Amino acid sequence: MEPTTIGRRRVRGARRRRAAWLGWLFAAPALLMYATFVLRPLLLTVQYSFYDWNGVTASTWVGLDNYRQLLTDPDLFASIVHAFELIVFFSLLPVVLGLVIAATIRGIATSRLALVARTVLFLPQVIPLVAAGIMWSWLLSSTGLANELFSAVGLDSVTRAWLGDFDTALPAVGVIGAWVLVGLCTLLLLAGMSKIDPALYEAARMDGAGALREFFAITLPGLRQEIGVCVTVTVIAALASFDIVYIATQGGPGNSTMVPGLEIYYLAFSEREVGMASALAVALVILVLVCVLPIQRLTRDGSR
Amino acid sequence: MIADRREALVGRVLLVVLMAVTVLPFVSLFVTALHPSGTYPSGLAWPDHPQWSNFADAFRAANMGKLLLSSTLIVLGVVPAALLLGTMAGFAFGHLRMPGHRAGFLLFVLGLTLPFEGIITPLYYQVRDMGLLNTRWAIILPLIGLFMPFSVLWMRAHFVTMPDDLSEAARIDGARTWQLFWRVHVPLARPAISSLAILLFLWTWNQFLLAIVLVDDSTKRTMAGALGAFQGQWGTDIPLLCAGALLILTPTLAVFVVFQRRFVAALLQGSIKG
Repeated sequence: MEPTTIGRRRVRGARRRRAAWLGWLFAAPALLMYATFVLRPLLLTVQYSFYDWNGVTASTWVGLDNYRQLLTDPDLFASIVHAFELIVFFSLLPVVLGLVIAATIRGIATSRLALVARTVLFLPQVIPLVAAGIMWSWLLSSTGLANELFSAVGLDSVTRAWLGDFDTALPAVGVIGAWVLVGLCTLLLLAGMSKIDPALYEAARMDGAGALREFFAITLPGLRQEIGVCVTVTVIAALASFDIVYIATQGGPGNSTMVPGLEIYYLAFSEREVGMASALAVALVILVLVCVLPIQRLTRDGSR
Repeated sequence: MIADRREALVGRVLLVVLMAVTVLPFVSLFVTALHPSGTYPSGLAWPDHPQWSNFADAFRAANMGKLLLSSTLIVLGVVPAALLLGTMAGFAFGHLRMPGHRAGFLLFVLGLTLPFEGIITPLYYQVRDMGLLNTRWAIILPLIGLFMPFSVLWMRAHFVTMPDDLSEAARIDGARTWQLFWRVHVPLARPAISSLAILLFLWTWNQFLLAIVLVDDSTKRTMAGALGAFQGQWGTDIPLLCAGALLILTPTLAVFVVFQRRFVAALLQGSIKG
């Protein structure tokens, strides 16, 4: 017995050593591209954020000044606040609506109508966000469909150019995001519900639980992981929003829909404040991590 | 039973409403595109004389032929390369599991939530210094890098589930690691690779930020980037803009309809793993 184990161990040791450099050889091309086009720029972003630089002439070291300005300049800080306001529309609304819809259609999830719906609800995920922005800018314009519908039900008083009004522009952008994401959330949650044991629902019915009790006692806990996924995806979409805002409002009117992604773009490429743009970029990267990591921990720990 | 039937009915109604809300913007876009160029049509009114020629005008104005070619070239530059590199690294981290594989993998996971805006500024200067600004390479090379975290994660998740015996058996036959990878593992990984291919195609085709920052000439951009330029140029002519937007949507919609089932499955899995 003994010699064979030793022999095997030796073979395994040699194999592991060979596998070591082979393994890294396999991973090397991916690492190279990732390091060159992601990690290097990321480190440079951090470096730039400590400088005042217009992108052309020599840069000057300013330490944490850019970050200080980020927290004190009302316009810059407002962009971060807007990103959080968008979470209400990009995350909260789609996830809550998705839950309600998925719970309601659970009973008919295998019907032909639901199969058609699977395709239709995915359309907003497939098209470029830019196209969604163009469609909705038109729908929400002063002569668009939204206003026509409001007029039809006698609400002429609320009609306006939704994306051009200081009070409604940000929520209007949020509605576009909600439209894009609600189908995805519904389908993800529905897929999660199909994994819940139907016997649980039958048992609940036997005990005389109503639809509401059923939802809170069985559906919601069973969907922990899927809800986590929906929230993660949509929160990132909200904080890092760019395409929709760029097309629909360009940050306006005034500064009312300015978001960090767009502000970085303007600062870096039109105002030539590379240092400030980089500081905002670092803040954005950290904000996304700070928001996403706890969600991951909360929703995944239970299942592991 | 009666309660069940009523629930099913409510469900159907809700589903139809949701589908209507999803489709309505597309319908509005289509109807508007048929109105005479330069007018401001209201709502969903069907035009008296549908201007089908708007589509031809938009096709010319947007330079659609060139755009299609450009987007296709970019996709061909990004997707196969990203698939190959992602699969190789996924194989290393998921199957070969060399010493240090955990740390290496973690490095990729770090990049998973990174918003593209986070690196776009230095990326611009880097691409400029490489002399690639205003070429398609300016979009292709960074996108390959940016897709690595997801691709590696996706492929590793596949290779982790493959039994170890598979390699042992192949090694006894004297197959070397590359052949093992290419002849045994890649064919077995085909479903995972094709789902990843669909996702990468979509994300490349719809990429906007890199296109508008790194390439000025809209005929060298992705479809989404070109649409941005088209809006800037024709933004005041609503019917023409709508016709152009529809044309630019058509290729993705066509691909989606053809590969529907794979698409939905890939997108659902994609968000779960991502």
